[in-house]
Amino acid sequence: MDLDLTDEQRLLGDTVNGLLEKRYDANTRLQLLSSADGWSRDMWHRYAELGLLGLTFEEQYGGAGMGAGELSVVLESFGRALVLEPVLATVVLGGGLVAAAGSAEQKAELLPGVAAGETLLAFAYTEPGMRWSLTGISTAATPAGNGWTLSGQKSAVFGGDAADRFVVTARTPDGEVGLFLVDGAAGGVRRDAYAMQDGQRGADVLFADAPAVALGEPADALEAIESVLDVAITALCAEAVGAMDRMLWLTVDYLKTRVQFGHPISVFQTLQHRAADMFVSLEQARSMALVARLALGADDVAQRRKTVRAAKLQIDVAARHVAQEAVQLHGGIGMTMEYPVGHYLKRTTVIAKTFADIDALTELVGADGGLLPSG
Amino acid sequence: MELALSKEDRAFAEEMRAFFTSEIPAEIRDRLARGLHPSKADIVASQRILNEHGMAVPHWPLEWGGREWTPLQRHIWSEEMTLAHVPHPLVFNTAMVGPVIATFGSQELKERFLPKTASAEIWWSQGFSEPNAGSDLASLKTSAVRDGDNYIVNGQKTWTTLAQYGDWIFCLVRTDPTVAQQRGISFVLIDMRSPGVTVRPIHLIDGGYEVNEVFFDNVEVPADQLVGEENKGWTYAKFLLGNERTSNAGIGVIKNRIARAKRLGGEVISAEPLLRARLTRLEVETMALEMTVLRVLARESSMPAGTPDPVSSVLKLRGSELQQDAAELLLDILGPAALPFRKERTVPDGFAALDEGAVDAMPTYFNWRKASIYAGSNEVQRQIIAKAILKF
Ligand SMILES: Cc1cc2nc3c(=O)[nH]c(=O)nc-3n(C[C@H](O)[C@H](O)[C@H](O)COP(=O)(O)OP(=O)(O)OC[C@H]3O[C@@H](n4cnc5c(N)ncnc54)[C@H](O)[C@@H]3O)c2cc1C
Repeated sequence: MDLDLTDEQRLLGDTVNGLLEKRYDANTRLQLLSSADGWSRDMWHRYAELGLLGLTFEEQYGGAGMGAGELSVVLESFGRALVLEPVLATVVLGGGLVAAAGSAEQKAELLPGVAAGETLLAFAYTEPGMRWSLTGISTAATPAGNGWTLSGQKSAVFGGDAADRFVVTARTPDGEVGLFLVDGAAGGVRRDAYAMQDGQRGADVLFADAPAVALGEPADALEAIESVLDVAITALCAEAVGAMDRMLWLTVDYLKTRVQFGHPISVFQTLQHRAADMFVSLEQARSMALVARLALGADDVAQRRKTVRAAKLQIDVAARHVAQEAVQLHGGIGMTMEYPVGHYLKRTTVIAKTFADIDALTELVGADGGLLPSG
Repeated sequence: MELALSKEDRAFAEEMRAFFTSEIPAEIRDRLARGLHPSKADIVASQRILNEHGMAVPHWPLEWGGREWTPLQRHIWSEEMTLAHVPHPLVFNTAMVGPVIATFGSQELKERFLPKTASAEIWWSQGFSEPNAGSDLASLKTSAVRDGDNYIVNGQKTWTTLAQYGDWIFCLVRTDPTVAQQRGISFVLIDMRSPGVTVRPIHLIDGGYEVNEVFFDNVEVPADQLVGEENKGWTYAKFLLGNERTSNAGIGVIKNRIARAKRLGGEVISAEPLLRARLTRLEVETMALEMTVLRVLARESSMPAGTPDPVSSVLKLRGSELQQDAAELLLDILGPAALPFRKERTVPDGFAALDEGAVDAMPTYFNWRKASIYAGSNEVQRQIIAKAILKF
C-alpha cells in the first residue's frame, strides 16, 4: 500500500504553494475581494502558465492529462490560500462537463481556450426554490432550427458573473434533463451578478429564449453530470482540507502569542484540548479526502457516488467544527474581515452548502444499506 | 412558559404584549420580524415611546423612572418585548451605565445624565475592552491622569458596539498604575465629541460595521465626570456586568428564530427528517433553558444582590449556543438560497423574488458567533461553573 503523493504530485504542490505564498497573501486577497472583478486575471494567467487550468483535460485539447490526485493537490493549496479565482466553476465543472459530455468538436472548440486561460465557463444548474436535487429543474429547452432555445432562471451560479459560456441544465420536451451550451453574450441572457457569502463571485442568470446548442446527447447528460460532480466534490473536499489545515495552524499560532492573565492563552489546558480536537477533525477529514480520491477510480458507479458523498459528509462536519472553534478561540479578532480566520469560516460554510449539505449527504450515504456491510 | 406562571403573572404578560403591539409602530416591529437590524432611528424612536410610558427603565430606582416590579415581572417585560419584535432600549444606557450612575453616582451626575439616558437623548457606548484586555479586562491600560480639574485620558478601547452612533462613552480607565490591577481602575464618562477622540469602524465577517475602535489622544475629561470614587471602577464594573443575569439567555431571541424558521421552512421541515429532528431537540432545549431562567428568577428574590450563582453562567453558556443553533437552522432551511451575499431583497426586473431570509440567514449565522465570545466568553463561563462546583 502506498498512500504517499508521487514525486510529480509533490512537485506540483510545491510549485502552487510557492506561487501562492509569493503572490496571494491575506492582504492581496483582501484587496481582490473588494475589487470590481473580485478576483485576479493576472493570477488566472499564471495558473494557465503552470498548466493548472487544463490539468485534467486530455493533451490533445491543450490539457495536462492528469487525474484527480493532481487536482486534489492543487485544490488543497488553493484552500489554504483561499483562492478567489473561478477554478471550480471554469475548470472542474464547466471544463469537466465539456470533457465528459461534449462531442469531439465541442471539446476542441472549448477546452484549449479554458486551458489557456482565455475562456471562462460556469455550470448553471440550481434554480430558485431548489435545494439539492439535480433534476428538479424547470428551465425548458425547446428545439429551434439546428439547435435549441432555453428559458428559465438559474441561481447561485458559481462564476456566473464572468462566464463567457454557460453549461446549463434544462428539460427537453421528452422530459429529459440535458446539458446545453449558451453564449454568455447571446441575446436572451441576463445576469444579476453578486459576490457569494465567501467573496467568490456568482450570479443569477435569466435565460429568455436564449439560443443554445446541446452539449453531446441530452440522453447521456445525467451520467456525465454525476461523474463530474463526483470529481467536483472530491476537489471541494481537498479545498476544505487545505482551509482547515490553515485554520488549525492560525489558531495554534494565535494561542501561543495571545497573552491574557499574564500568560500566552495556550497555557490554559482547556484551550489546548480544544486545539487537539480540531487536529482530530482535520486528520479524519484528510483521510476522507483521500478516500474520495481513491473512490473516483472505482468501477461501481453507485459505490463511487456514495463514497465520495461520505467524504464530503465527514469533511463538512469537520470543517464546521474546526471553523467554529477557530473563530471562538481567537475571540473578537476572529470576527473581523481584517483577520484571515473568519474568511475560512465563510468559505467552508459555503462549501458545506454546495452540491449537498450535511443532512442531505447523511440521507444519501445512509440509504440502501449505508457504507459498511452488515453481518 | 405558561405552565409556571400564576394568573397574575399571565395577566401581566398580556398587559405587556398589548402595550408593545399597540404602542410601538408596526413598521419598526415588522422590520425586526423579517430579520433586519433596527436602525438607529428605530431604536431611539422605540425607546422614546417606552420611556414616555414608563417602560424603558423599570429596573431603575423609582425616582428615576423605575417600577417596583419583581425580577420575574422584569423578565416577562423583556421577553414580551422581544417576542413583539420591539427594539430593546439601548442596553448600554438602561442596563449598564444607568444603574451604575443611579447606584454610585453623585446627585449632580444623576440629574445631569439619568433622564437623557432613559430617553435615549444620549446614546451611550461601552468602553471596557482593549486590544490587550479582553477576557482579562483588569489588565486594561487606557490611562487617566489627574491634571487640575481634568483627567487627561490616553489609550484605546476596541470592540465598541455602535460607537459610530455614540454621544458619550463610559470607560474603565487606569488611574493608579502602582497598585494591584483591580484596585487602580476608575469609571469615567466621556463626551465622544471631545477633541482627541477618534472612532474607527471595524468590518465584521457578516459584512456589517457594528463595532469600532475608539482612540483617546490627550482627551480632557472634567473630573466631575468620574462616577463614584476614584479607583473603585472595578467594583462598579462587576456590579454592571452582574446586573441582569437572566437576559443573557436570550430566550426571546431563540423563540423568535425558531418561530421564523418554522414559518419559512414549513415544507422543508416536513420533508427532511434530519432537519426536523434538530429543530425538535432545539425546541426541547429551549424549553429547558426557559425553565432554568425561571428557577433562577424564583430564587433571586431570596438571594442578596451580587451573590454569585453558577446557574447564571449556565444561562449565558447554553443560551448563546441555542441562539447560534437557531441561526444555523434557518441557514440550513434556506440551503442554496442563502449563498449569494445581497444587501437587499430587490432583484432586477424579470428575476424571481428572493426568499425571505435569503439576505440575512448566512450573515446572521456568521455574526452570531459573537454570542459565545462577548459578555464573558463561554470558556470563562465554564471556568466559573467549574470553580463553583469543584470549589477550588
Ligand atoms: C461583536 C462584539 C461586540 C462587542 N461589544 C463590546 C462593547 O460594546 N464594549 C466592550 O467593552 N467590549 C465589547 N466586546 C468585547 C468582548 O467583551 C471581548 O471580545 C471579550 O471579552 C473577549 O475578549 P477577546 O476578544 O480579547 O478574546 P480573548 O480574551 O483574547 O480570548 C481568546 C480566547 O481565549 C479564551 N480564554 C481567554 N481567557 C481564558 C481563560 N482564562 N481560560 C480559558 N479560556 C480563555 C477565550 O474564551 C477565547 O476563546 C465585543 C465583542 C464582540 C465580538
